[in-house]
Amino acid sequence: MGLKTSNLTFDERVKKAKQDKFMQAAVGKAQDAQFEKRTRAREELGNWNGWRDLGEQIRQHVIKYLPDYLEEFSANIEKNGGHVYFAKTDVDATNYIKQVAKEKQVKKVVKSKSMVTTEIDLDKELLKLPGLSLMETDLAEFILQEDNWDEPTHIVFPTLHKNRDQVREVFQKIGYTGDNDPEHMGRFARKYLRQYFMEADLGITGCNFAIADNGMINLVTNEGNADLTMALPKTQIVVMGMERIVPSLKEAEVLDNLLCRSAVGQKLTSYCTFSAGKLADELDGPEDFHVVILDNGRSNALNTAFEPILQCIRCGACLNVCPVYRQIGGQGYGSIYPGPMGKVLSPVLDGGYENFGELPYACSLCGACSETCPVKIPLHELILEHRKVEMNKLHLDHSLNNVIFKTISVGTKTPILFKGALLGEHLALKPFSNKKENSVENLYPEGKVDKVPKIAPSLIHGWVDVRDLAEPPKVKENFRHWYDRHQKEKRGEING
Amino acid sequence: MHLQMKVCIFSTCIVDLLFPNVGKAMVEVLERFGCETVFPKGQVCCGQPTYNSGYSKETIKTFYNEIDALLSVEADYIVGPSGSCVAMLKEYKDILKDDPAYAQKAQILYDKTYEFTQFIYRVLGILDCGAQLDATATFHRSCHMTRLLKERTAPFVLLDHVKDLKMIPLNNVQLCCGFGGTFSAKEPEISEAMVDDKVNNIVATKAQVLIGADQACLMNIGGRMNRRGEKIKVMHIAEVLNHNVDLKRVKYVKDTDHQMVPANGSGVF
Ligand code: SF4
Repeated sequence: MGLKTSNLTFDERVKKAKQDKFMQAAVGKAQDAQFEKRTRAREELGNWNGWRDLGEQIRQHVIKYLPDYLEEFSANIEKNGGHVYFAKTDVDATNYIKQVAKEKQVKKVVKSKSMVTTEIDLDKELLKLPGLSLMETDLAEFILQEDNWDEPTHIVFPTLHKNRDQVREVFQKIGYTGDNDPEHMGRFARKYLRQYFMEADLGITGCNFAIADNGMINLVTNEGNADLTMALPKTQIVVMGMERIVPSLKEAEVLDNLLCRSAVGQKLTSYCTFSAGKLADELDGPEDFHVVILDNGRSNALNTAFEPILQCIRCGACLNVCPVYRQIGGQGYGSIYPGPMGKVLSPVLDGGYENFGELPYACSLCGACSETCPVKIPLHELILEHRKVEMNKLHLDHSLNNVIFKTISVGTKTPILFKGALLGEHLALKPFSNKKENSVENLYPEGKVDKVPKIAPSLIHGWVDVRDLAEPPKVKENFRHWYDRHQKEKRGEING
Repeated sequence: MHLQMKVCIFSTCIVDLLFPNVGKAMVEVLERFGCETVFPKGQVCCGQPTYNSGYSKETIKTFYNEIDALLSVEADYIVGPSGSCVAMLKEYKDILKDDPAYAQKAQILYDKTYEFTQFIYRVLGILDCGAQLDATATFHRSCHMTRLLKERTAPFVLLDHVKDLKMIPLNNVQLCCGFGGTFSAKEPEISEAMVDDKVNNIVATKAQVLIGADQACLMNIGGRMNRRGEKIKVMHIAEVLNHNVDLKRVKYVKDTDHQMVPANGSGVF
């Protein structure tokens, strides 16, 4: 699938999303449920903003000294007998992994949930190898795979857009005959997957945090499938974004606390695992252990205004509070990283604005994301930063709107011009105003504008197509004229 | 005798152009509580519409103009009827921090500027403005006021003390109304879905009046409600606090056992 998930234009995706009432209801319900759980879990921890400060400091520190920590981490992996591969691009990463699979003559692959492997389109690449089969073992990812590789719509809850009946239909295709009870379906999936685990010869996992000073991989999960993926197959490959490092277990503890509470509203997930390759005196674990550390555009953010996005711990909280995500769902974004973090990250990874240039504009800058982010990424400011870069440097937008904005900026910096607007009778809008049939009181003393001529700029249409506009008051009635009179009257009072 | 507090009125362009009633109400409330007001005519707009659309360079001159205008009069405070526009004025400090001519002025602006309800409650220390409104109402909490200015409690405290006014909590009060400045016009499809959500929640309260402290959000929500034919009255909080005032009802925080409510609530979001 890769980073880009759709060939539709942004507008087409939004239209499609708006028609999907089921998806909207599902996302709204999930957001509301998470709102309660997340807030409770954070309050229970106490001093939440102190923890956030700490999380921010840890992440900033790591990003600042990233090369040093990566070196320390890979030295420790190699010391324990593992292999490290630094992949500059998605192709480098998939080639390396395919090579390992070929050398080991791998027949069956089990995978646990990992956004980064979706980013590099690993599943499709591996399946090109003759005789290889692959199974996503995270329940949600398993559903997506069996549903003809449907795309994930959330970085923590990939099947947020599906209900239990849709899941049942998917499972029926692979032999499920029961009802739509999630517990029954879960039991079916467990049995189905267990067989695979026993036979798999390669396990692939992602990585929540990589511990630099001991070379361990920290994963937090709720289903236990990641632990099986790490423990059973003889070969294991961990794929991680290059920023996913923490100095030591101490910092991992802080971040796990922030992550679990933010992602799922739990103190800690059911499983919190630290693992590495098999040591001589251990019974289980992989004999051959590989870690693929991926750049794939992440370094574009280094030393730029966008560097803070590398702090992201993929908790998904910003998606869960985003009012735009609530309406257009994950598929509206056209990137496997949706929501506020995706709006910031996708253009960075992509190295430009060709594919994701509209995303930063699809935001009301309400700031809910920045407020909830456990590692204090100023998300809405970075979204605005993208707009600035697009407008100031690239001048991508040569449309009429661009001209209008520039005119507005001239108008708003020059009192004389603005006065002109205040003194004029607003003839432009006058013919379209009408006083009739207002259901809302007190907003339209002068009348309202509810339609504009076809040739009006798209910005004005954008407003009036959806809602009524108040007609400006007569000049003598506007605020500054009132204030003038008011002051004169007051002085009159004083003098008289 | 203590000197009169002098307040510079920051009208915001939306109130200046479209909603004189809001500006009037604010001025009347401030003067009622002993502030001398002054309105520098050079002010135009805080620059948010173009700045937030990405035109950061083009907007700098707008900032300069607004700073020069608002600081052109001697005043102890600058007060405006919009959390969002006030937050923008306060942001100048960071945007212009390396500007040799304006960095210091932007800092002065930052220190002096308050949103209207914040000023009434936190600076003047007023708990009950003496207003009366016989209605049921719900309050739309604007995003920039709560998240950028970090003032999420002052309007509620003041509204709780308006005689005969029954406040009904708004479900999903934390969600944006879909205004977002030019976002509403550039992305009408998404904005429409957002404002419809908001309208549905407001309609569900069965309140007679929708109150807010940001006229731009009210213009968005009210405009959508009018289009949908929903019956409601829209009032800016300054209009509510200026309604049927009886000075005998006025109460200052210091004369009661009221504990000042922290601006940012519990701080967990
Ligand atoms: S940006 Fe922040 S809130 Fe969003 S996923 Fe990353 S860590 Fe979580």
